[in-house]
Amino acid sequence: MKQFLIFVKKEWLHIWRDRRTLFILVFMPIIQIILYGFALTNEVKNAKIAVFDQSRDEATRAISTKIAASQYFNIVKNLYSYQDIEATFRKGQIRMAVVFPQGFRYDLLHSNHAQIQLIADATDPNTANTLTNYASAIINDYQQTLRPTGSLPYTINTQVRMLYNPELKGAYNFVPGVMALVLMLVCAMMTSIAIVKEKEMGTMEVILVSPLKPFRIIIAKTIPYLLVSMVNIASILLLSVYALRVPIAGNLGLLIAESVLFTITSLSVGILISNTAKTQQMAMFTSMMSLFLPTLLFSGFMFPIENMPVPLQVISNAVPAKWYFIIVKDVMIKGLGFTAVWRETLILIAMTAALLGFSIYKFKIRLA
Amino acid sequence: MEKENVIVTHELTKRFGDFTAVDNVSFAVQKGEIFGFIGANGAGKTTAMRMLCGLSLPSSGTATVAGFDVYKQNEQIKKHIGYMSQKFSLYEDLTIRENIRFYAGIYGLRDERIREKTDLLLQQLHMKGAERTLVRALPLGWKQKLAFSIAIVHDPAIVFLDEPTGGVDPITRREFWSLIYEAAGRGITIFVTTHYMDEAEYCNRVSIMVDGRIDALDSPANLMQQYASASMDGVFLQLARKAKRSGD
Repeated sequence: MKQFLIFVKKEWLHIWRDRRTLFILVFMPIIQIILYGFALTNEVKNAKIAVFDQSRDEATRAISTKIAASQYFNIVKNLYSYQDIEATFRKGQIRMAVVFPQGFRYDLLHSNHAQIQLIADATDPNTANTLTNYASAIINDYQQTLRPTGSLPYTINTQVRMLYNPELKGAYNFVPGVMALVLMLVCAMMTSIAIVKEKEMGTMEVILVSPLKPFRIIIAKTIPYLLVSMVNIASILLLSVYALRVPIAGNLGLLIAESVLFTITSLSVGILISNTAKTQQMAMFTSMMSLFLPTLLFSGFMFPIENMPVPLQVISNAVPAKWYFIIVKDVMIKGLGFTAVWRETLILIAMTAALLGFSIYKFKIRLA
Repeated sequence: MEKENVIVTHELTKRFGDFTAVDNVSFAVQKGEIFGFIGANGAGKTTAMRMLCGLSLPSSGTATVAGFDVYKQNEQIKKHIGYMSQKFSLYEDLTIRENIRFYAGIYGLRDERIREKTDLLLQQLHMKGAERTLVRALPLGWKQKLAFSIAIVHDPAIVFLDEPTGGVDPITRREFWSLIYEAAGRGITIFVTTHYMDEAEYCNRVSIMVDGRIDALDSPANLMQQYASASMDGVFLQLARKAKRSGD
C-alpha cells in the first residue's frame, strides 16, 4: 500500500511540474462552459427584423408593437416596397421580415380573414424556423385578444408547456454534454499519454522489474487524473448553477457518483489506448479520433441520435458518453432518481469492467 | 574456495516464432562477481537479461536468480534485483531527491532508511546541494551515475545493467566503473552488458554471445590467452566474425 501511495505521489508531481497542462486541464471546462453558455448559444434573442406595413392601421400597429416588445425580436427597419425587402436581406441586415397587406384590419373585421406574410432568411434553417414560430405565436396571441372567449363555437387552443426547461435554455442541454466531453478527454487522453510516456522514456521497464504489480502501476497512474476530474466536475456544476442558472434538480450525491463512474470508464479507455499506442503523439491522436469526435457526434449532445440512420444509431450505443449524457440529463435536469437511470448505469459498469479487464489482460500479454 | 552462485541457467532458450533469440544458454554467476555479457547488436544479450529479470518468460530451459526460479518465483526475484535499462530511466521532471525517494519507495524501504540512503548517495556522487535540481538539467554522465546508484539503492543481491555507459565520455565511464567496483565490493553481483571492449576487461569474467549462443566464457586474461590476442577487442572480433545474423 505504501509503495502504491509513493507511486501516486510521483504521478501527482508529474502533473504538478507540468503547469501548462495542469492549467489547461483545470480551465478547459470552465472556458467551454463560458463559451457555450454565453457565446455559442443557439437561442434566439433580439433577432433583427424589418416590417413592411402597407396597411398602417390600428391592428397592424398593435401586432408590430407586440412583436417588438418580445425579447426575441428587435425591429430595426421599416420597409416601403417589396424591392426593399430583397435588398435588406441581401445586405444581411435582417433575419426576418413581416409583411402586412393593404387593408389588413378591414379584411380582418369584415371578411373575418386576413393574411400576414413572414419572410425568413433560411440560410440558417433552424433559426428561420424558430423565428417564424415565435412570430406566429405572437400573432396568434393577438388574435385571441380580439375575440371574446366562446364567441366562436369551435376553437382549439393549444397550450404548450415546456417540461424541465420552461425557458428553453440551451444550457440545459450543453452542460451535460460538456461534462461528458471534458471528463472523457481529460481522463482518457491524459492517462493514455501518461502511460505511453513511461514506455517511451524507458522508465516503464524499470518499474516493471520492481516488485510493484503491473495492475497497481496502472491504477496508481490513473488516480491523480481521477482527482483532476473531480475538480472539473465541481467547477462545471458550480458554474452551471451560479453562472448559467441551471439548477441541479435531482440528487447531487447520485449525480457525483455517476460522474465518478463515467470518469472510471474514461480512465479505462485511456489505459486501453496506452496499450496499443507506441508514442505520446500516437496516444493523443488516437484519443482525439476515437474519443473526441464520437463523443461529440454520438452522445446526443450536438445532434439528436433519433434522427440518425439506424446503423449510426447502433454505433452510438458503443459510445460511453451517450449513456452518461442520458444519466446527467435525467438526474440533473429532470430530477429523476436512481430507478430511472439504473439501466444506463449498468451499461456503463459493464463497459468499464470489459475495458479494464481487457486492458489488464493485454498488459500481461505484453510482458510475456 | 567455491563461492555460491547467484545466477544459474541451464539450456535457457527464448524463441519468438521460428526465430531463436537465445539458444540453449547455460552459465553460472558467482556472488559479488562482475559478470560481463558481450555480443554484437542482435546477439540476444538483452533478451537473455530480460528473462533473468522476469520481464520475459523463457521458452524452455531453467534458470534461477538469487535462488529463485524464473518461472514460478518471479515476484521474489524482483525484490532481490536492481535494473538499469538501456534507455536512460530516471524521471526528468522530478528532482534528484524525488527520483531517489520514488525508486527507494517502490522497493518498500522505510522512510528513515530512504533518508539515510539519500544522504549517503548524494555524498558519494558529489551531488550534495543539488538534490533539488531537476534531473532534466543534469549532464548525461551525472544522470547515468545517478541511475546506477538508484538501481542499487535497495541493496539488491544482483544488479542488471543493460549497456549502462552508452554515449558517455571515457572519463565519466571510468568514474562509472569505480561505482561498479564499489558496489561489487559490498557483495552486490554485477551483471552488465556492453559493447565497449575496454569495459569488458574490467569484468571478472566475460561471456561472449554470438547468434544467441554463448561461444566463450572466462576471465578476460584467460580469453586473451586462449585466442592469442592482446586485447578483448581481438577476442571479440574473432568470435563475432562467425556470426550469421546481422546486427540491427
